[in-house]
Amino acid sequence: MSVELDVFVVNTTIMDEEVYQLWLDGYTVNDAVKVRMEGGVLEGCEASAEVLHSDTMDQYRTFQMCERLLHSPVKLANQLLFQIPPHRQVMLIERYYAFDSVFVREVLGKKLSKGTKKDLDDVSAKTGVTLKSCRRQFDNFKRVFKVVEELKGPLVENIRQHFLLSDKLARDYAAIVFFANNRFETGKKKLHYLTFQDFAFCAGQLISNWTVGALDNMVEDMDVDLEKEFLQDLKELKILITDRDLLDQHKSLVCTALRGKTKAFNEMEANFKNLSRGLVNIAAKLTNTKEVRDFFIDLVEKFIEPCRSDKWTAGDMRLYLTHYTNSAHVLDTFKHQVVWDRYMGVIKSCILKMYHD
Amino acid sequence: MPGKLKAKIVAGRHLPVMDRASDLTDAFVEVKFGNTTFKTDVYPKSLNPQWNSEWFKFEVDDEDLQDEPLQITVLDHDTYSANDAIGKVYIDIDPLLSSEAATVISGWFPIYDTIHGIRGEINVLVKVDLFNDLNRFRQSSCGVKFFCTTSIPRCYRAALVHGFVEELVVNEDPEYQWIDRIRTPRASNEARQRLISLMSGELQRKIGLKVLEMGGNAVVGYLQCFDLEGESGLVVRAIGTACTLDKLIPGTVLNECMCVCVCVCCCSLILSGMGSGISVGKEAGPLKTLLRQQAQSALEQREFPFFTLTCFPPGFLVHIGGVVSARSVKLLDRIHNPDEPETRDAWWEEIRQEIKSHAKALGCHAVVGYSESTTICEEVCILSASGTAAMLNPRFMREGCLDAGGSDQRLSRCGFCHIPYDEFNMPFPAQLTYCYHCRRQKVPDVLFTTIDLPAEAAVTGKGCLIQARLCRTKKKAQGEVNATAISNLLPFMEYELHTQLMNKLKLRCMNALFGLRIQISVGENMLLGLASATGVYLSALPAPGGIQIAGKTPSDLSYDQHISTMQKRINDTIVMNKELYNIHPPECIEEVVGSPIPDRQRSRLFRSTSESSDELSELDLSHGKKDAFVLEIDDTDAVEDIQSLLTDAPMPAGFYSCNTEVMPGIYNWTSGLQMFTSVRVYRLNNANLTNQGLNKIFTDLCENLLKSLYFKLRSMIPCCLCHLNFTVAVPEEELIQVRRHTPKNTSPILSIFPRNILNEEQLQFSMELCGESTSSNNQPTAKASERCSPLPEVRSRSLRSTRSLPCGAPVTVVKMTPLSFLPMTRIVKYLGIINMFFIRETTSLREEGGVSGFLHSFIAEVFAMVRAHVAALGGNAVVSYSMKECVFMENPNKNQAQCLINVSGDAVIFVRESDQEAIPPLITSGQTSTTGADGTT
Repeated sequence: MSVELDVFVVNTTIMDEEVYQLWLDGYTVNDAVKVRMEGGVLEGCEASAEVLHSDTMDQYRTFQMCERLLHSPVKLANQLLFQIPPHRQVMLIERYYAFDSVFVREVLGKKLSKGTKKDLDDVSAKTGVTLKSCRRQFDNFKRVFKVVEELKGPLVENIRQHFLLSDKLARDYAAIVFFANNRFETGKKKLHYLTFQDFAFCAGQLISNWTVGALDNMVEDMDVDLEKEFLQDLKELKILITDRDLLDQHKSLVCTALRGKTKAFNEMEANFKNLSRGLVNIAAKLTNTKEVRDFFIDLVEKFIEPCRSDKWTAGDMRLYLTHYTNSAHVLDTFKHQVVWDRYMGVIKSCILKMYHD
Repeated sequence: MPGKLKAKIVAGRHLPVMDRASDLTDAFVEVKFGNTTFKTDVYPKSLNPQWNSEWFKFEVDDEDLQDEPLQITVLDHDTYSANDAIGKVYIDIDPLLSSEAATVISGWFPIYDTIHGIRGEINVLVKVDLFNDLNRFRQSSCGVKFFCTTSIPRCYRAALVHGFVEELVVNEDPEYQWIDRIRTPRASNEARQRLISLMSGELQRKIGLKVLEMGGNAVVGYLQCFDLEGESGLVVRAIGTACTLDKLIPGTVLNECMCVCVCVCCCSLILSGMGSGISVGKEAGPLKTLLRQQAQSALEQREFPFFTLTCFPPGFLVHIGGVVSARSVKLLDRIHNPDEPETRDAWWEEIRQEIKSHAKALGCHAVVGYSESTTICEEVCILSASGTAAMLNPRFMREGCLDAGGSDQRLSRCGFCHIPYDEFNMPFPAQLTYCYHCRRQKVPDVLFTTIDLPAEAAVTGKGCLIQARLCRTKKKAQGEVNATAISNLLPFMEYELHTQLMNKLKLRCMNALFGLRIQISVGENMLLGLASATGVYLSALPAPGGIQIAGKTPSDLSYDQHISTMQKRINDTIVMNKELYNIHPPECIEEVVGSPIPDRQRSRLFRSTSESSDELSELDLSHGKKDAFVLEIDDTDAVEDIQSLLTDAPMPAGFYSCNTEVMPGIYNWTSGLQMFTSVRVYRLNNANLTNQGLNKIFTDLCENLLKSLYFKLRSMIPCCLCHLNFTVAVPEEELIQVRRHTPKNTSPILSIFPRNILNEEQLQFSMELCGESTSSNNQPTAKASERCSPLPEVRSRSLRSTRSLPCGAPVTVVKMTPLSFLPMTRIVKYLGIINMFFIRETTSLREEGGVSGFLHSFIAEVFAMVRAHVAALGGNAVVSYSMKECVFMENPNKNQAQCLINVSGDAVIFVRESDQEAIPPLITSGQTSTTGADGTT
């Protein structure tokens, strides 16, 4: 005797969140049944593994049928096939678009292309996330990317409206899209210590300060690309390192302010020129798209690593960057205050976020 | 030309991509009614077209309005080749023809294709202008209301119950026409869908005419069925109860059903219609009350005093005699004129006559809870009819005398279980005792009925679902030989099912069955019987005796020991069940529990304490059912019985189940409601199974299904499964290639169950849930989608359609339930009957997830289409919903499958009881907007 057909359909769709998670995680039906058994669902019920298997199958089928709708969450609300209460819809969408931070770390900044997708089995082997789940997450990134690529207006808001995601998740997706679009390098060994949340924070900073849409009067435009004009203006900052007087003046201003406030003062004083050159050079190079990709690696190599080897504390870092930024305002021959602030504001918060073990 | 039908195509959304090159679709719509077709313009390159068409007007006879559905076809325009069909929507406009029902149909309908399923949605507006028709010889019956509900609909009052109406139409099945060889599967499916839609329209119209002739204005308990006879045709038949209904003025409190005591009395007899065994006695004896004479005179005017109702207005039902049923085996290839209804009419006539005579034999003049069904296996067809013989109060059948509301004082609460027949001239042997309530009149010991438990019946403890399952093998045969073999088996099956029911009833310490449904289905080499009912302990009936096991040859010790352990297990189960169902009848506890006295003695003791008359011994001798209580273990059947008795797994704590509308003994319902359908098909690989082996498998299947349900619904505890409706079929095997061993395919179980959360302590819990969901409504994604109050909904819908937003319009939540009511709510309006028939076919079965995936999505689609139609009528629920037919055929070798589903129900508008009073509906809707589907999560 064998079961040929076994279905269970309800008017108001019932979904078990635990099974949904197993499905999202790419478990096969049999594995999911095992996990559920171990989890003890059967305790207290007089049910057999068979019952559990049939229940899991039913749910998996429902999810598969829903998946098409989840690809465009707006449809989920006005489709007629499944009657799902609104708070359940929210849960379904949020979970479907959730991703593993280990996974996203691997593909962050990579081109969301077929080639990358082909390499997902390596990613899966490396991260321990099932291939199925990797594909889902990758396709989600790609789908969001494709939709918002052509849209005008603020990136986060666009994502939230088209995919009905929570604010937090929408911001994360904005970061992913932003990284993918600008192809920031995040895979180098030196960057391994950084988490996705570090990058997401930096992306948020970049999006809200350096992009075309960053300034209020330009909301109509896109948020995905860095503002060309601003990048061009950054070249002007070079004067801070090329002009000897300015460099010395800047150094003495910073040193005066710092003296006696930190243990690492000597190292700061000794390294000032190097560090300043590093930061300003990064700024100057950003007009070149290829250099933009190395933005994070440059920050680490040129600034974070030297400071770390000098054993600066996070407090030292904050102190140094604050004074470094502010002192430039006092330099009377330095005319690019606005660009400087726009640049240093982001650099400062990025470095502070990235400065950890 | 008495009617003008107007239709407007507003917009479409989520259309499929028909043009691969552009990833878009150039859609247009054809609107067809009768032979007239209109077209919209092509809306180029869009998946969300906005046609916003003019009003297409059809001037038609009201006869056509009743028969024909409005057919909407969405197509993709193609300049160079034929236009591709995207899908269709059939809209039944019958609800618009009755003045009291819906006035407009407006909303999003899923576009359905028989090969691809749902492909997008279309927004349509439909209206009808009817002119007054003064023609006396009209063929239409517009305005007659139809209800699937088997009780008097909640916002009506029965002024008059006229009685039984039936009709039957026959047509050639398009699937078997010669043209089917050359047309596409899609064309053939659509021809079939359309034909059935036409036939059901015609059927309703004809029944409506009969009702008008009788002077009624409505059909209640309308039951329509399809018989797919194959070569010999396609039969659509329907039965119902004609009534004159008065609409209650809104606001009238409906508690009249509480105040009158209707008395139900039944005896434990199933009169088998096979003409075997039970001799039908003479007209019942000298019990000639005025009541009876009146009733008879009123009922004798009718050919068949049958009523499809299962729930009655107060005072309607006087006594109940017992279950009557008749079955008849027919050969379909012997029909002389397959296209004419005469032969089938004659068949049913025969069966109904038999039912009528059975009822007479029980001293009853009417049959209530009446239903008819068929099962077809190749050329053999079994027609079955069953009902409950009853005595009715004649005042509902005569005009003028019914406003005397509760004047009927004679029906006291204890008149309840008194036999309608003459005790000295009983049609069958039964134990009689004096009523445990009044001690004046006689009652039988056990009572079986097909109706629902009357609201006022006094019940001890809770009820529960009781099932008897049986499998019998049969030799493979053809034609007459086969028919004879089947008809020889039927009485035995009925008897065994009955015995099983009786034993299980006793095991649960109960004494009455309600809602009894016996289904017997035929396969090529087996017969399946499934009887489901809800057992209860009626306080007026005597306590049931225990079950005694006896060995025929009391020889060796180990054998005796075996018997005594069995006996102990049974006794223990009885004790446990009494606890479980909370049955503590005052006087019999010590008598039943673990009593060593054999049952026969005990029941004699019992009676001698309660009465002291001479006919006792006679009664005892003639007691034909004693075998039901004393099981002889040497008998293989009995071993089986004991097996099946003890293998029934107990329900998990927190669950209750019954197959009637309400669960006896539980009164605190919450409004959380969930309806579900579950289908399972098993393949039997082993060709040489014995009866016993089959029985075990079948029982296991049913038990597993129940267990599975309990597991799935575990999060909703405490929960009651109501109106559990099991259907079994043994599909034919012609499609599947027969290999070494003939695979037999039993296919239990199409079951349609609603489920209701109910509770004792947890009422507050579910209210909390409601509150929670209201807050979730504030989140940006949440569409304000569930409306419980329909009035603003109608308005917002019309707004929506004029603006015709492509997306973002909230979807109305539509509840579906097989019950005739929704707990904690009040139905304010009936919008019309929903009766839909769908076919789905696939040629890529594997790609769609195999048979399960295919059927799963089909059932989900059917639900979606039912909900959409109800919402378009302005409703927010379907009551008395049932899936009458679900025929599934597959051919895995060709990667094909086909499925037919027929569903029906009543579209209604309900409001929450708590809301309806003080607060005006507009505000109400806002407040309750999400509470709707919430208990279900």
